[in-house]
Amino acid sequence: MNTPSPPPDTDTCLGLLRDMLLIRRFEEKCAELYGAQKIRGFLHLYNGEEAVAVGVLRALRSDDAFFGTYREHGHALIKGLSVRSVMAEMFGRATGCCKGRGGSMHLFSAEHRFYGGSAIVGGALPMAVGMGLADRMQGLDRITACFFGDGAVAEGEFHEAMNLAVLWKTPVLFICENNLYGMGTALNRAQSQTDLSAKAGSYKMEAWTEDGMDILSMMETARQAVDFVRTRKMPLFVECRTYRFRAHSMFDPELYRTRDEVEKWKKRDPIAGLTSTLRDQNRITDQDRQRIEEEIAREIQDGVDFAEQSSCEPFQDMCTDACTMEGIA
Amino acid sequence: MSPKTATITYREGVREGLRRALLNDPKVFLMGEDVGRYGGCYAVSKGLLEEFGEDRIRDTPLCESGFTGAGIGSALGGMRPIVEIMTCNFSLLALDQIVNNAATLRHMSGGQCPVPLVIRMATGGGRQLAAQHSHSFEGWFAHIPGLKILAPATVEDARGMLEPALADPDPVLIFENALLYNREESVTRDYHTVQCLRAVVRRPGQNVSLITYGGSLFKTLEAAAELSGEGIEAEVIDLRVLRPLDTETVLESVRKTRRVVVVDEGWRSGSLSAEIITRICEQCLYDLDAPPTRVCSEEVPFPYAAELEQQCLPQPDKIANAVRRICHGQT
Repeated sequence: MNTPSPPPDTDTCLGLLRDMLLIRRFEEKCAELYGAQKIRGFLHLYNGEEAVAVGVLRALRSDDAFFGTYREHGHALIKGLSVRSVMAEMFGRATGCCKGRGGSMHLFSAEHRFYGGSAIVGGALPMAVGMGLADRMQGLDRITACFFGDGAVAEGEFHEAMNLAVLWKTPVLFICENNLYGMGTALNRAQSQTDLSAKAGSYKMEAWTEDGMDILSMMETARQAVDFVRTRKMPLFVECRTYRFRAHSMFDPELYRTRDEVEKWKKRDPIAGLTSTLRDQNRITDQDRQRIEEEIAREIQDGVDFAEQSSCEPFQDMCTDACTMEGIA
Repeated sequence: MSPKTATITYREGVREGLRRALLNDPKVFLMGEDVGRYGGCYAVSKGLLEEFGEDRIRDTPLCESGFTGAGIGSALGGMRPIVEIMTCNFSLLALDQIVNNAATLRHMSGGQCPVPLVIRMATGGGRQLAAQHSHSFEGWFAHIPGLKILAPATVEDARGMLEPALADPDPVLIFENALLYNREESVTRDYHTVQCLRAVVRRPGQNVSLITYGGSLFKTLEAAAELSGEGIEAEVIDLRVLRPLDTETVLESVRKTRRVVVVDEGWRSGSLSAEIITRICEQCLYDLDAPPTRVCSEEVPFPYAAELEQQCLPQPDKIANAVRRICHGQT
């Protein structure tokens, strides 16, 4: 790894706290709206894993691209999509970032170079390699981040993508959000090799492991990771060890893990962790925290109001848009 | 022969199309298994590596899903990739990428993320390659909204369809019937593109419409020539574009001839032929003088043995017999 940078200043730390809180409160609001039947379909919440998305996406440049999973609301918000456009998408409204066609699992924003929440586990990995290949072939110095869970490591597309990424020297940052379960199947019940960095390393991929519950170390690692990929023009795999505090989706009775285990991980809550570090250093007051919470609450409520007031895309517009006809005549 | 024309093979036609696309746009590149040093499984890309280099004539490992997905990603990233899949049976290994990603991304993203990707693959039987190298899956892919499906039968189409396909903002799949690669045709020396929207009447006639595409076109034309000697003038329509289907040209012909046989190398059940006949029934049933019928492949995994495999495929005599049945009520 490179030389570590000096500890982040207070403004940076408060920004990180705000980012993680925005995700947490957004997800909590989504759960509430799901209960109120305003949001339907599958809903996968990111509570507990916030440090990974915040650390990595804050290290990217605005012209860097990323691919996400179906647990990607937070990633979208941190890359710069508005709460309004994401919430309206959750509501299935025309004002949503995908006109209400994608929903929770399929947020996109070409403007932010966010190429989607993908709901086929592992399916985005080859596309990320292709994006990196395009950048390399065009001589661009932008990079592509690709988020996926530990479940994706079992897919054949993981194997194919790791091999191609190294073989073709593509500038792709593979971020494995290892939350220990692929839906309800524990990693050690799914993988013969549970050391995922070792697995990635077997493709001659540079591979690191990071504590995904500690935002400050996550941010520093992400900074070095992005720098590695951009300057060496090679892929890098970072396993981020993290944990989701909530169920896999809204339909999951959580029979596969114990309450004790969840409670144990909640003691490592990245938001509480950063807050307490900052308090210990007298860098945050209760008023600061309160102010951040209030700003976020207003932003989210504004998003909900916006979504409530928005209408659905006209059916005909949606139907006629499956194929463009220009170009081929 | 006119100095303005030349006789070339279908293979050379595809290669010429590739060369032109590579010459005209630096963002175009070809990737697939053995497209480079080997020269292409069917020798289509032979010589291109020397001319365009390893970056743009990119050999891939055996990972259809991986390199097809990489094609999608590079298309999103500003390139114009042409992915070659050796044979359409292998495309099943890339179905996730083609169906879940290439076909969906533009629509699902609310129009933000078009995937201007071209995928070429060989299709069809008749080469004694048995049940994992001989099938015709273009009808399957034609089921998928978000994809465009081209099936060039003539050398002119094989050469001229690629550039318009690359210009399309959506993914286009081109199915090349492998039996056609050696077929020769006289084409204009000057390279030109062709339209990729409409079917074409390859042989005009007034007694029966024969609707087909790809490798079956020439068997159908052969049957039509034979029937002509019996006083049956068949109109032969080459669909060329399997999705979106040019229903208009089909209906126009059927309304005129009042009889129709669809020739489709796919399996009968749930086939493209079923779709075409359904559209005909929906829109001009009362113009018909006989039930619409079809000649498809036998519903078995294709066997190796030559005589058995040939019997599995649509053949001129089967096509002619189908026509005789609906024209005279005889076999």
